[in-house]
Amino acid sequence: MYPDYLKDSLEKVDQTRSKRLELAKSDKPVYPPMNAEEREDVLSKFHPDSTSGARSHIRVGPNKGEQLTTEITDLLEAHSMVDPKRMDAGLANPDYETDMLIIGGGGAGCWAAITAIKNGIKPMIATKLRLGDANSMMSEGGMQAAVTPQDSPTRHYLDAIGGGHFDNKPELVRALTEDGPEVVRELENLGVMWDKMEDGSLQVLHGGGTSRKRMVSCRDYIGAIIMRTLMDEVENHPHEISVREFEPAIELLLDDKGQCAGAVLYNLDTEQFLVVRAKTTVITTGGFGRLHIRGFATTNHYGATGDGLVMAYRAGAYLKFMDSVQYHPTGAIYPEQIAGFLITEKIRGAGGQPVNKDGELFVFPREPRDVESAAIIRECSSERNMGVGTASGRSGVWLDSPLIDMINGEGYTRHQFPGMCRAFDNYGIDIVKQPMLIYPSLHYQNGGIEINERCETNIPGLFIAGEASGGVHGRNRLMGNSVLDYNVFGRRVGKQASEYAKSVKLGKLSLEHVTAYDGEMISQGIDSDLISPVILPSYTPEDVKLQQLARLGNIPARHSMLRSRIGCSCNKGKGDK
Amino acid sequence: MSGDQQNETDDKNKVVIDTGESEQPQTRMVTVVIMGKPALVPDDATIMRAIEYSGQQIIRGAGCREGFCGTIYRLPGDYRIHTGLACTTLVQEGMALSQIPSVPLEKAVYDLEKLTPDVDTIKALYPVTFRCVACGTCTKACPQGLQVMDYIQSAMRGDIAELMELSYECVGCGLCALRCPSEIIQHKVAILGKRLYGRYLRKESKELDIRIQQVKNHEYDGEYAELMSLGREALSERYYARDTE
Repeated sequence: MYPDYLKDSLEKVDQTRSKRLELAKSDKPVYPPMNAEEREDVLSKFHPDSTSGARSHIRVGPNKGEQLTTEITDLLEAHSMVDPKRMDAGLANPDYETDMLIIGGGGAGCWAAITAIKNGIKPMIATKLRLGDANSMMSEGGMQAAVTPQDSPTRHYLDAIGGGHFDNKPELVRALTEDGPEVVRELENLGVMWDKMEDGSLQVLHGGGTSRKRMVSCRDYIGAIIMRTLMDEVENHPHEISVREFEPAIELLLDDKGQCAGAVLYNLDTEQFLVVRAKTTVITTGGFGRLHIRGFATTNHYGATGDGLVMAYRAGAYLKFMDSVQYHPTGAIYPEQIAGFLITEKIRGAGGQPVNKDGELFVFPREPRDVESAAIIRECSSERNMGVGTASGRSGVWLDSPLIDMINGEGYTRHQFPGMCRAFDNYGIDIVKQPMLIYPSLHYQNGGIEINERCETNIPGLFIAGEASGGVHGRNRLMGNSVLDYNVFGRRVGKQASEYAKSVKLGKLSLEHVTAYDGEMISQGIDSDLISPVILPSYTPEDVKLQQLARLGNIPARHSMLRSRIGCSCNKGKGDK
Repeated sequence: MSGDQQNETDDKNKVVIDTGESEQPQTRMVTVVIMGKPALVPDDATIMRAIEYSGQQIIRGAGCREGFCGTIYRLPGDYRIHTGLACTTLVQEGMALSQIPSVPLEKAVYDLEKLTPDVDTIKALYPVTFRCVACGTCTKACPQGLQVMDYIQSAMRGDIAELMELSYECVGCGLCALRCPSEIIQHKVAILGKRLYGRYLRKESKELDIRIQQVKNHEYDGEYAELMSLGREALSERYYARDTE
């Protein structure tokens, strides 16, 4: 139920709806899409990446001297969890041996395992929480794939590379868009139930930045449906795929020839550090939303703390586009309990419109995500002051969902958006009859560890797939291309890495790169008491956290997590930042 | 599904606004018993938020934080065990709660390619399903409000389409399986049903067959080569000139 103070604005949205419905039914855009100059203008003034302090120079490692997102610079200018000297016994006598170590049990990781066993390789998946605890599980709206006669993979290519502001690596965009149709078929052969039309063709909708309807879907549960299918398939091969849950990796291992040779795992229950010797290593650790960049609420999974970036960077891997962050245009801001909750872009794909406090349109509803987000921030800013305020002090705009049934027929919203309806029903808001209040929410890591179309990095034996990789989406990803990304590159990485594992000869295991990295930090005068990867965010109140950190002498249990969100008080002597 | 991100961050989108109220109301506190230990927490907290507010770092039973992990609790003066999802259920005064760390079970191992979408598969892989006494405890336990008992009955009849439809929104928390007096693993039967439907009972898309063949025949190689050879400016021109469906 909306409180009284929002009634005036809600009435205005009701009053303008019939006019806006007519616009939606015409064949013209409901609001003029921006041209290149207008996009650049709103991005440079209002996107969070453009605000002061959003980026800072990194002083160590392969990207030294480049500007990265400030929170990432902090995460990388930090210490390892382990003392390499104390790991010598483990390195000489590893706890596990495997042909292929997959770090991260989300969508890309499961695909890597499923594909590897078809190539005769027995992989091990090491994951932070449970198998399937990943952003993959949480996606709602859909996956892009050029499956209709009026569409083509090359048109998908053009949409994706334009959405990414032409920075994307072309060969990666080609792989993404060209593999799309086959991924749709492979997923249904594994038992994914796509939304279909009467004649069996796939139901497709628009997403932000698409020039053809290309979004295939499973109502608004695509993540849960695909992820549970992939997990179930992994679990159907208990003798070929070994799964280590609650054992995140915290450092990579190299051998004396500079090849990646496994990782150090951290057992979350016993706090042991365990050594895995692996012929090839695949990072599928996903993104970083739980770092709460720029203080934003996030749509991301509890474990999304950018661990793969940290490990790969210390081992010498090059990062790409880590100066850009994706904010999803539509995160919930009311009720307060679900602030940050993802409202799927499919709502706008099906006809939902963002409108300001007077019920007026102010942006084309399906601009690429960064442009749409910046336009919403501008509408709420002091420049326009057309946002709607909540009692908790948030400001946002309406996302007018009642239009959806009016456009598509009664019952469409409840059938196509059961998850959205349920989330708001819990608080007495029927999104079939009333709009939702929204504001951009931290959503996606656009960049990552640079790969080529074979998912290789600049370190032999180290492969990356999914959100942890960089280059596919340039500096802005379109809706539905991340679900496609982890499916396409998860399959590819399984094939490539398992092939590599068949011929490689490993040398002596080493953590010297960790020692060298720490030395580089000291020589740069970096004085940080941050430890990374942070593994999990801590939501403990600050006063309680300070009591936990009072222990002297040995490092407190789960120290990296305690440090993860204490703010400035734990980051002393930052020099120029 | 819903989130629990309130107060997790000092959100930068907060602005001073006139709501007709002068000040934000002071947070009221309630006492809840978290896995045996009383704690004072804000009354508008979800169960997950309350556990963290008390200083604990959750490792078991937290993931997306949008409604997949089961929790059980009792309330004062109420004999019943209640179920919920930790990040969507609000605390109440005197609530005694436990977050479910894991649900022990034996998943059936199978090769989807060798199955048939009918009752024989259910019998072979999850024979315990047929112990259902139709008591409805699973339905009562479901925090998503699904008709769990009904979909188990569908499974027993071999009606795979109905099993899929009725269990579509299952989040797999496993509370049904923990409460079932017949020891059925409802949520795993649901996943099997969905995979059988997707693999064997779907309608085929001819358009998709054609597109896959076109890619295999390298019909787009020329267009890709041309697009990939374009400079930034030419590509941008092409992009902004494209028509929209």
